[in-house]
Amino acid sequence: MEFFVISTLNGLSYGLLLFMLSSGLTLIFSMMGVLNFAHASFYMIGAYIGFTLNSVLGFWTALFVAPVLAGLLGAFFEKFCLRRVHKFGHVPELLITFGLSYVVLEIVQLVWGRTAVEFQPPMVLQGPAFTLIQNSVNGLSLVWGAASPELCQAADVAVRVLCSPFPATRAFMMLVAVSMMFGLWLLLTKTRVGLVIQAALTHPEMVESLGHNVPRVFMSVFGVGTALAGLAGVIGGSTFVTEPAMAATVGSVIFVVVVVGGMGSLAGAFLASLLIGIVQTFAVALDYSVLSLLQNMGIAVGVASQDNALLKLTISQVAPILPYLFLVLILIFRPRGLLGKRET
Amino acid sequence: MKFTHKFIATAALAMLGTSAFAQAGETVKIAWIDPLSGLMAPVGSNQLKTFQFFAEKFNANNPAKVKFEIVGFDNKLSPAESLNAMQAAMDQGIRYISQGNGSSVAGAIIEAVNKHNERNPGKEVIFLNHSAVDPDFTNSKCSFWHFRFDADTSMKIEAMTTFMKDKTDIKKVYLFNQNYSHGHQVAKYAKENLSRKRPDIQIVGEDLHPLAQVRDFSPYIAKIKASGADTVITGNWGSDLALLVKAANEGGYTGKFYTYYTGVSGTPTALGKNGEGKVFQISYGHYNMGGQYQKWMDEFNAKFKDDIYTFSMANILNSLSLAMAKAKSTDPVKVAFALEGLKFQSFAGENEIRKSDHQMQQTMFLTVWQKADKKYPYSAENTGMTLAPVQKYEPYVASTPTSCQMKRPG
Repeated sequence: MEFFVISTLNGLSYGLLLFMLSSGLTLIFSMMGVLNFAHASFYMIGAYIGFTLNSVLGFWTALFVAPVLAGLLGAFFEKFCLRRVHKFGHVPELLITFGLSYVVLEIVQLVWGRTAVEFQPPMVLQGPAFTLIQNSVNGLSLVWGAASPELCQAADVAVRVLCSPFPATRAFMMLVAVSMMFGLWLLLTKTRVGLVIQAALTHPEMVESLGHNVPRVFMSVFGVGTALAGLAGVIGGSTFVTEPAMAATVGSVIFVVVVVGGMGSLAGAFLASLLIGIVQTFAVALDYSVLSLLQNMGIAVGVASQDNALLKLTISQVAPILPYLFLVLILIFRPRGLLGKRET
Repeated sequence: MKFTHKFIATAALAMLGTSAFAQAGETVKIAWIDPLSGLMAPVGSNQLKTFQFFAEKFNANNPAKVKFEIVGFDNKLSPAESLNAMQAAMDQGIRYISQGNGSSVAGAIIEAVNKHNERNPGKEVIFLNHSAVDPDFTNSKCSFWHFRFDADTSMKIEAMTTFMKDKTDIKKVYLFNQNYSHGHQVAKYAKENLSRKRPDIQIVGEDLHPLAQVRDFSPYIAKIKASGADTVITGNWGSDLALLVKAANEGGYTGKFYTYYTGVSGTPTALGKNGEGKVFQISYGHYNMGGQYQKWMDEFNAKFKDDIYTFSMANILNSLSLAMAKAKSTDPVKVAFALEGLKFQSFAGENEIRKSDHQMQQTMFLTVWQKADKKYPYSAENTGMTLAPVQKYEPYVASTPTSCQMKRPG
């Protein structure tokens, strides 16, 4: 039971981090029809700027300033690079973001080095947020913060006690993602700005003729999208590892999220993020293989095939490729994604 | 007049066979091919510094009176990149290759060296393996051109399980390894040795995860906890061990870890004050060796704020210079023959490079993670903690038989 709870929370927190990234990506896509290949690079920029500011100004300042800087960089890139190639069509736009991701990677390696930097979360977030105590007599209980050693130690040998702390960094990650999601929803549906953005998504010419500056709307959406990536970077970088390959590792996964969820659909991105986060976490725990499946079904397997590497492959071993398998299946059977509206 | 003639004749002779004599002051270049970028880069950069540091020390005084120069190449932990680096090194005229991070890479280098030497007689290179521990390299895939200075997995597990045999509190073991040849071998030998020495121990789980890819081990830790394992055996190294113990601390896992590489970059910091008395390491060396090596470790620490853990590099330089003195040459073929069966003293006692398979036979140490104290004062990565020896195993304990059928040139 406590394994289930902890794994679900692990999966949810990872999924929510993915959502922070993919929400910006999907917003930018729905607005400009451009898949921003450099989106994960802004995640990395956020993490590294956060790391640098962390040592100078402290974590909490870094948490606010780093996303703003990442967003400004994004807006700058949109205004001076992306907008210029816009008239040449989608392929040059795609290529310029692709190029940017390489430039960012090299710059990060030049400035901060090729090895991982030590980005420590603040003291408040270093302990556990709460501890689940699984007692074979008293059942499951919950203690905020770290549980005292007495609670985790059984007085009686027959009683089995298992303490599972849940790291505060992950709880914080979930908190930030959920509040960000709520803020984004409010902004898009309840404000005038949101109305203009939504209108510009579908009818840019109409919005322009009503006197709104559509290019500026695009620029600010790009800026906000990259700022969200930067925010995810500060949190992801301090929870996991801040290193030059971090963009490449999440980069491919957030594309999967956006495609699976449906290009341009925020709700779809949310659903797909959580789905992929949870599937990846739980897949690790499943030791089933084709071989064990056949054996469970009572099918006799020859000695030679029992040693077959492909048959012996367990789900936990293929866990890292599951998102990409998803991607392929969705593209074959439901090309518009789970909640996507447009047929592509 | 006569004297000048003689002198010119000798000089000419020496010029003719530059590689025929080990000359005082001759430079021997060793190409070090290991990761300097990616998740394993901290390990690589530490080892390059260690190698160059040891080279400096041995250059001051060695039996062959040669000067070692270590040339670093970044292989990004990729076999393909390593072969490019190897070619670049050979183009520079380097005849000695050293690598160790990743048996996947080492396997590719062995094959490439075999092929190169077969096709280019007179330009042979030899491979000095400092840390790749897949037993196949000195068994089914053994090569005359390969020398291993670390102890292979069969030896490490032999020593580790000899220690575990008497630990009656070990009941359920989880095997957690990287998904490539090295991790597979650790799991295989651990199962074999445990069933032989402690048939009552239950293997409650076994996992293989991608090498140097995983950033977050908490799902695995939740799985290990759910299995009820009291002990984890892992051959993980670098970030794969550091992030694993980090996740174990955060996830409240309280079992013991039997590792190969606790002392390697990143893991001491990730462990910190946690894991005292719970994390064990089997290795051919440790932080508190005493003697000359202790002084070198302290000097290295003062200079680079880093720890030496790849002691095999000292053994490489030591045995190489002995072999060059014995062969009176720096020619790799002659040196390779001289290395075979070479016996020498190191920080840990007497060692022998076994002739039959080129596996160095050496003393093993089982150490435990604990507070640095008066007896074992070396503070690992300035954590105030250290690896203290619990048990020392003479070379014969961990020695394992080989199936190698060595093919020698000529």
